[in-house]
Amino acid sequence: MSTAVGVKEILGKNLAIDADSNLVNLSDWNEEIAKELAKEEGINELTEKHFQVINYMRKVFSETGDAPSIRKLTKDSGVDTKEFYELFPKGPAKKAARIAGLPKPKGCI
Amino acid sequence: MLEDKNYEPIRKVSIIISKGSLEGVYPGLIMANGARMEGIEANLFFTFFGMEAIINKKMDRLKVATVGNPAMHMPTIIGSIPGMSALATHMMSKEMEKIDIPPVREFIEMIHDAGCNIYACKASVDMFHLKKENFCAQVDEVITVGEFYEKSAGANIIFT
Repeated sequence: MSTAVGVKEILGKNLAIDADSNLVNLSDWNEEIAKELAKEEGINELTEKHFQVINYMRKVFSETGDAPSIRKLTKDSGVDTKEFYELFPKGPAKKAARIAGLPKPKGCI
Repeated sequence: MLEDKNYEPIRKVSIIISKGSLEGVYPGLIMANGARMEGIEANLFFTFFGMEAIINKKMDRLKVATVGNPAMHMPTIIGSIPGMSALATHMMSKEMEKIDIPPVREFIEMIHDAGCNIYACKASVDMFHLKKENFCAQVDEVITVGEFYEKSAGANIIFT
């Protein structure tokens, strides 16, 4: 879990955020908040495919304490590398983690 | 971020892989993949023995060098025993698998799917008498050094 450095108002709630302005508490997140975070990342609509990735990332994070690598994600989530990059253009792993209400991924792959 | 000095972020990289050992190839692959993960435009250019990583018949059999590398902390006479390189390769591959670094072929596919362009060097292709069909399907083109510079417009060039 990352350290809170500030708060951010999303949908009328003040939520703790870390230095990368990612959410700090897993429990603060819900699908409506994900949609707001996605808009900030330039993704105007979150489709079922987006949520497939997001929910998989949250599941792995709750089990391991880190977001999955792209390799693991594209093997297990049902979304392949090309799709993943199309769903979350320009910095997919970091973006997807942010929208999923998770800290920035720690891995290199 | 502690201090924001307003540096221009890196937007594009051209990575050259010139060595054909396992440890010679991976740093460039990891950097290319990492660039795409960060939304940085990336080109990968394979030259000289670096091309081993994209030659269909060779890319699954790259080895760690056990001689000529003082950081292996292995006397040359031990490193030269038949099978030592295979053993070191096996051990390194196992460690890489643990941290989710894929084998070369899978990594090249992943990097290409991530939108990185992959090129082979014309001079090296001619020197080793190779043809486009000797390479894996992810190789987009065989290009000259001049074309490499053209494609690298606006990029940081990284030589490995």
